Amino acid sequence: MQGSFKRLVEVGRVVLVTKGADAGKIATIVDIVDHNRAIIDGPTTSVARQVIAYKNVVLTDIVVKNLPRTIGSKALAKVLEKDQIAETWQKTAWAQKLEARKRRAAMSDFDRFKLMRLKKQQRFIVDRQVALLRKERA
Amino acid sequence: MAQTARKNQLAPGISRLSRSKVFSKRAAYKIAKTAQPKAEEAPAKAKKVTRAKKGDLVAALTAKHSALHPANVVPQPKAGRKTQRTQGLRKSITPGTVLILLAGRFRGKRVVFLKQLSSGLLLVTGPFKINGVPLRRVNQAYVIATSTKVDLSGVSVDAKFDDAYFKREEEAKLKGTEEEFFGKSATKKEAPAHKVADQKEADKAVVAAVAKVPFLASYLASTFSLTKGQAPHSLKF
Repeated sequence: MQGSFKRLVEVGRVVLVTKGADAGKIATIVDIVDHNRAIIDGPTTSVARQVIAYKNVVLTDIVVKNLPRTIGSKALAKVLEKDQIAETWQKTAWAQKLEARKRRAAMSDFDRFKLMRLKKQQRFIVDRQVALLRKERA
Repeated sequence: MAQTARKNQLAPGISRLSRSKVFSKRAAYKIAKTAQPKAEEAPAKAKKVTRAKKGDLVAALTAKHSALHPANVVPQPKAGRKTQRTQGLRKSITPGTVLILLAGRFRGKRVVFLKQLSSGLLLVTGPFKINGVPLRRVNQAYVIATSTKVDLSGVSVDAKFDDAYFKREEEAKLKGTEEEFFGKSATKKEAPAHKVADQKEADKAVVAAVAKVPFLASYLASTFSLTKGQAPHSLKF
């Protein structure tokens, strides 16, 4: 891995699907078709094995190491399980941000109001402590 | 072969075809004549018979008509079969639902729905003590129903709150009098005492139910507004 590109299209690269029915799910590249498309598979995230254009996916930092080309779905599921790819993805700030966005969109009017009130309370406590510390330092 | 439509009229009420021509065209001679009581039927009645039973039809065709046609037949308007019904209640609105008012002087306020009146309007209350909205009728087209519900089980709404209760009382006309000219009509009306009492009575249970849920009272007291980047169609209420 050289040059300015940190994420490369390669067998084993975990991608996030951004368009279509599987939008928002992660999958793994199992083979490269050409400079526009790859075969992805996501047996653990219910993404069917398919050819997909790169413009419809985003590469993530996660790579499944030493994945053989065109590995079958069942074997891939085992590897993903063993390498804890799903957990690694969940821990990333990116995944958490997506999750938060989803949760925020599902909030009702009352929920939004309660969040606003709780954030105010939090701000009140934090700001007070910050002001006290600032006074001590000065 | 093209046929002249039998309905074709020269002028309103005057058929293009003569009565005998219609008779042959309809092949009415094929219909066996049955002995009918020779009652003199009015031509107006004979007209209606077209939709009646077959026996009546025969009677109508064979009855003697006046040879004279009315010169100008005024078409009778059809009797309307539509009835005005009150609007059904939106599924998302049930007693206790918090509604956001969108129009009128209380727009933006969050209120509690109590029941639907016979006119189809919604009976809502602030409650008055919490946000200043009195018992009031609103059109459901001008509200957003939220998914928040105040638990009103066991709370009954007095039957006296009907459409008549909210009807505006007629004021004595001041037009053209000295008082109107000098602006005396601008004096503020006080809410009638019995309505103030009714409001308190009706709100008591609602306020108690609201108090049980944390933040709900202040939620009802706050007003709704859109902030930057918020689109009401993509929001969940």
